[in-house]
Amino acid sequence: MTTTQADDELWSAIADPSRRRVLDLVVRNGEVSASWLAGRVPFTRQAVAKHLVVLEQAGLVSRRKQGREVLYQVDADRLDQATRALADLAAQWDRRLGAIKRLAEAAHAEAKKKRRP
Amino acid sequence: MAGLVIEREVVIEAPAEVVWRTITEPDQMTQWFADRVELVIEPGAHGYMGFGDQGGPVVVETVDPPTRFSFRWNHPPGEGPVAGNSMLVEFTLTPEGDERTRLRVVESGHELRDWPDAEKQRYADEHRGGWVEYLDRLASVLVGRKS
Repeated sequence: MTTTQADDELWSAIADPSRRRVLDLVVRNGEVSASWLAGRVPFTRQAVAKHLVVLEQAGLVSRRKQGREVLYQVDADRLDQATRALADLAAQWDRRLGAIKRLAEAAHAEAKKKRRP
Repeated sequence: MAGLVIEREVVIEAPAEVVWRTITEPDQMTQWFADRVELVIEPGAHGYMGFGDQGGPVVVETVDPPTRFSFRWNHPPGEGPVAGNSMLVEFTLTPEGDERTRLRVVESGHELRDWPDAEKQRYADEHRGGWVEYLDRLASVLVGRKS
């Protein structure tokens, strides 16, 4: 398993529960502004702005200017990429756990057979 | 992967002691994990795990037979594994009757235990299904919104 700077930023971005809340809102509502978000979370506008910076650095959201407003939206490709990377890692552990299950159950069956020939 | 958290579990029809040996004995570990395992199962022990021509150091953290086993890996070469530069792999074995064990693995780069209790609880509540489900859910919301 190799780890890259980009992966680090991605996982760190998602690791924080408050940030996931912000990301959730952006995903559910399309293009939104920081002040719109701030009205829907129990933390300050400054905190929302910081979370958006981290999410943007991780590539999960992008922004564009519309008049005087800055609007944020999720980068679907990046989210999809993150979902697949995580599913791959989870599948790797599922395979390992599956192998552990087979080994342990075989060892247990063998031990039982020896005890009661 | 400083922030990554993966949580998976499996139910095994064998006593916890048997599962414990499977996950901790190096000659067993080579059958489900790495090709080469050089490891002494003692807290603080440094070892090595090889995957083909790749591999890296491993440091054992918790050894509490037959319920808890954890190690750190994926830290940069030349550095000691500490929170933030490595991944912590934690196995928890829960006996369910005499011949059944629930085995749970959590691989994380995030120091949940340094968090305030309230935050940990919120994390656990939000994350019962794990990150895979969280991201899947977000992705499905996205797809739903587009169509």
